[in-house]
Amino acid sequence: MAQSAKPSDRPLSPHLQVYRWQLTMTMSILHRISGAALAVGLAVIVWILMAAAIGPAAWETFTAVAGSLAGRVALFGWSVALYYHLFNGIRHLFWDCGKLFEIRNAYLAGYLVWLATGLMTLATWWGIAT
Amino acid sequence: MSHQPDRIQSPLGRARALGSAHDGVHHWLIERATAVLAVPLTFWLVWSVTRMPGWTYTDITVWLAQPLNAILMILSVIVMFTHAALGVQVILEDYVHCEASKLASLLTLKFLFFAGAVACIFAILKIALAG
Repeated sequence: MAQSAKPSDRPLSPHLQVYRWQLTMTMSILHRISGAALAVGLAVIVWILMAAAIGPAAWETFTAVAGSLAGRVALFGWSVALYYHLFNGIRHLFWDCGKLFEIRNAYLAGYLVWLATGLMTLATWWGIAT
Repeated sequence: MSHQPDRIQSPLGRARALGSAHDGVHHWLIERATAVLAVPLTFWLVWSVTRMPGWTYTDITVWLAQPLNAILMILSVIVMFTHAALGVQVILEDYVHCEASKLASLLTLKFLFFAGAVACIFAILKIALAG
């Protein structure tokens, strides 16, 4: 807190540092981080489509970058973020319908999100490779 | 809230233009609606990516020139850019507290998302209509 802030007698709500680590809090912040990363990834969608529209030379530039080691690592990270945000987003949609609020179910759905993310990421790259 | 007698303004007059004005639910609803639409579109897009015969210029343009692919790609762009713009808006509103920089960053990002979507749709149409 900034020193200039006027000391207040009003009670403060507990902040992050007083909580024990929980899976649910990690998954919540990862949902936001993966969403922000995917928003940046939309710039790559613009690049892909514009490169295809501009012509073969622009397309070659894209495939050269995407095929490089850094490009492959970025594409792999993109696929993980996409699947995580997709499956955790479905978990959020269940919450929006008032389902899965019991602690046990919130955790169970959380583990399922990780499982689905891992399996679908592997299946996708296997599908691309074959 | 009690009405302050030393002010001539009515409580309604003071509240006007200061806060939520009916469209907060709209933001929430569109974020969810685009999320639901993004689920099948994402599976279609990833499935298409894994089924591409290769990644040459011909492969991508022939694929995008297919009417169904072009239509689903335009829908994906609209759904995903809308969803991302609304999501980034919430992040900015949570972390940027200075009103001036919040307004500036919101307007800049909304414009960037809009411009990006326009570029994508133009690119898809150019390839689809030329092929």
